[in-house]
Amino acid sequence: MAPDRKLDPVDFLNLDAQLGDEERLIRDTVCTFVADKVTPHIADWFEHGRFPVELAGEVAQLGLLGMHLRGYGCAGTNAVSYGLACTELEAADSGLRSFVSVQGSLAMFPIWKHGSEEQKAEWLPRMAAGEVIGCFGLTEPDHGSDPADMRTYAKRDGSDWILNGTKMWITNGSIADLAVVWAQTDEGIRGFLVPRGTPGFSAHDIEQKLSLRASVTSELVLDDVRLPADAVLPEVAGLRGPLSCLSEARFGILWGAVGAARTCYEAALEYATTRVQFGKPIGAFQLTQEKLAWMLVELGKAQLLALHLGRLKDSGGLRPQQVSFGKMNNVRIALDIARQARTILGANGVTLEYPVIRHMNNLESVLTYEGTQEIHTLVLGEAITGLSAYR
Amino acid sequence: MNIVVCVKQVPDTWAERKLRSEDKTLDRESVDGVINELDEYAIEESLRIKEAHDGEVTVLTMGPEKAAESIRKALSMGADKAVHLVDDALHGSDVLQTSYAMAQVLRKIGFDVVILGSESTDARMGALAAMLAERLGVAQLSLANKVEIDGGTIRTQRVADYGFDRVEASLPAVVSVVEKINEPRYPSFKGIMAAKKKPVDKLGVADADIDAAKVGLTGAATEVVDFVAAPPREKGTIVKDEGDGGQKVAEFLASKKFI
Repeated sequence: MAPDRKLDPVDFLNLDAQLGDEERLIRDTVCTFVADKVTPHIADWFEHGRFPVELAGEVAQLGLLGMHLRGYGCAGTNAVSYGLACTELEAADSGLRSFVSVQGSLAMFPIWKHGSEEQKAEWLPRMAAGEVIGCFGLTEPDHGSDPADMRTYAKRDGSDWILNGTKMWITNGSIADLAVVWAQTDEGIRGFLVPRGTPGFSAHDIEQKLSLRASVTSELVLDDVRLPADAVLPEVAGLRGPLSCLSEARFGILWGAVGAARTCYEAALEYATTRVQFGKPIGAFQLTQEKLAWMLVELGKAQLLALHLGRLKDSGGLRPQQVSFGKMNNVRIALDIARQARTILGANGVTLEYPVIRHMNNLESVLTYEGTQEIHTLVLGEAITGLSAYR
Repeated sequence: MNIVVCVKQVPDTWAERKLRSEDKTLDRESVDGVINELDEYAIEESLRIKEAHDGEVTVLTMGPEKAAESIRKALSMGADKAVHLVDDALHGSDVLQTSYAMAQVLRKIGFDVVILGSESTDARMGALAAMLAERLGVAQLSLANKVEIDGGTIRTQRVADYGFDRVEASLPAVVSVVEKINEPRYPSFKGIMAAKKKPVDKLGVADADIDAAKVGLTGAATEVVDFVAAPPREKGTIVKDEGDGGQKVAEFLASKKFI
C-alpha cells in the first residue's frame, strides 16, 4: 500500500493485498451486481416477506450457483473466491446468501460428492444454470441439533423406496424443483433426490417469521412418497453424508457473516460522522468511538479468520472443527456488531431505512441454523478435551 | 470481423482524485483504477458485434502496468485477447500523442472496426476517436447509441440535442459510443477463470514503431500550467420559513440562475 494512501476504514488491515487478481475480480463482480440489483430493493423485499426468485437466472449467469464445484457447468473457483462471494451477497442480505449457500453447498454439493454419474449429469448443469432450484431436508420439527435421531424413514418396497416424515425450516423449500432429503433406512441415514411434483411430497411456507424475510423457509411433508431405486445417493450412508454438506455451507456462512457485519459497521460509521448532537458529530464522543473501534477490531479479526480458513480449505487442510471455530465466532461477532451499530443509529436503527435492524434480525437465524452457537461450542469442547458433551 | 476495443484505466470516479505536485500529472497510485465507464459500454458493444457476426475482440490499452487489472476485466467479460501498450516513455502523453501512439499500434495489429467510449472520466477530452480516425484515414462515427454492421457497411445512430442522426460509413471505421447504447454485462466467473489464459501482448514504444521523441510529458503539445485543490464545500445557507419560505427558495434559485 502506498504510504500516502489513506487507511481504509473497512479493509483496515489491507487484506485486499492478500487476494489474487481472480479473487478480487470475482469479489468486485458480486459487489457490483448486488449494488445494482439487490441493495436498492432489499428493504422492500424484506418488509413484504418476498424472495426475489426472478434474480435466480442472473445469479446463475454470474456463475454463483455451485461456483466452487468443478465440472457439470460449474465455474470451479477456489474456496476463497466462494467465500468472498458469500461476503458480498450477505453484505446485502443474509437471505440472498442463504439461497446461494443452499443451492451450491447443500443441494448441488451432495449430488456432486455422493451422487452417481447419471444423477450428476441429470441435475448439476441445470442447477448451475438456475433452471432447477434445490433445497436440503435434514432438520425436522422435533430434531434440530440431534439429526441422528430423525424420524423420517425410507422403507424398501421391491427396488423402490417409500418415504414418510416431515422436514422443517427448509430454505428454498416451496420454490425448489428438487429436494435432497435425508432419511433413516435399515442401512443408516441415506440421501434421496425428490423432484417437485412427486406424489405425496408437498411444501408449505412458514409464515410470520421476523428474520430472513427475503428468503423462503418451508416445511416439507413426505406422505408415502414412492421413489425409484436410482433416487438414492449411492456413495454415502450415515450422518457423514449430511454433515459433509453442512461443513461446506458453514464455510460460506462464516464468510457471509463478515458481510452483514461490515454493512452494519459502515452504516454506524457513516451515521456517527454525520449525526450532530450537542454541536458535534456523535462520532466525536468517546463512547461512540469506543463502539466503532471495537467493531473495527472485531470485524478485522473475523475477516482475517475467514481468509485464513479459506486458504486452509484451498490447501486441502481444513477440518470440520475449524469450520465450527469460524462459524461460531464470525456469526456471534456479526450479531454483536449489528447490535452495537443499532445503538449508534438510535431510533433510526430500528427502521428499514437503514440496513442494521434487518441484518440484526437475519443474524438471529444465522446464529442458530447450520449448527447453533451451543453445538459449535461443544464441537470445540470435544475437539480439545476428547470428551463429547452430547453423546 | 476484427474488432478492437480501446479501454482506458481511470481513477475510480468516486474516489478523491489528485494531481502529482512534481509533474502535474494524474496520481494513479493513490486511488484504485477502474475501467473508464463509457469503455465498458464499448466492450459490451464489441462483444455483441462479435456474437452477431463472428470474429475476434481485441482489447487495446495504453497505460502503466497497473492497467493490466482493467485488461483482465475486459477479457473476463468475453474479449479474446489484448494488447497492452506500456512504456515509461509514454508517461504524461497528451491526447495528440496518445492518438499517435495508439494509431501506430492499430496499424500494426489491423482492424475492421475500432470501438471506444466517447470520453474518459479523468481527462474528459472526448477527442481521441476523432484523432484516431484522422490519423488512420478511416471514417469516424461518433456518439453512437446504436451500431449495426451489414457486410462492409456500418450504420450508427448519433445522439444529438434534437434526437439522432443516422450515420453510415464503409469499414474499416472508428466508433465512439455513449452510455445509452447497451447495458454492459457482468464478467461471469467462468469468464474470470478463463481470462488468465487469454493472450496479452505487451508492447513497448519500440515494438509498436512509436518514435519515443513524439510521446511523453516533455514533448506534449499541451501543458498543465497550474492547479489548485477544489475548495472544501462551504456551509449551506439555512432559510427559516416564516410563511415566505417558498418565495425565499425561489429567490435563492434565481440568484444562482437555476430558474
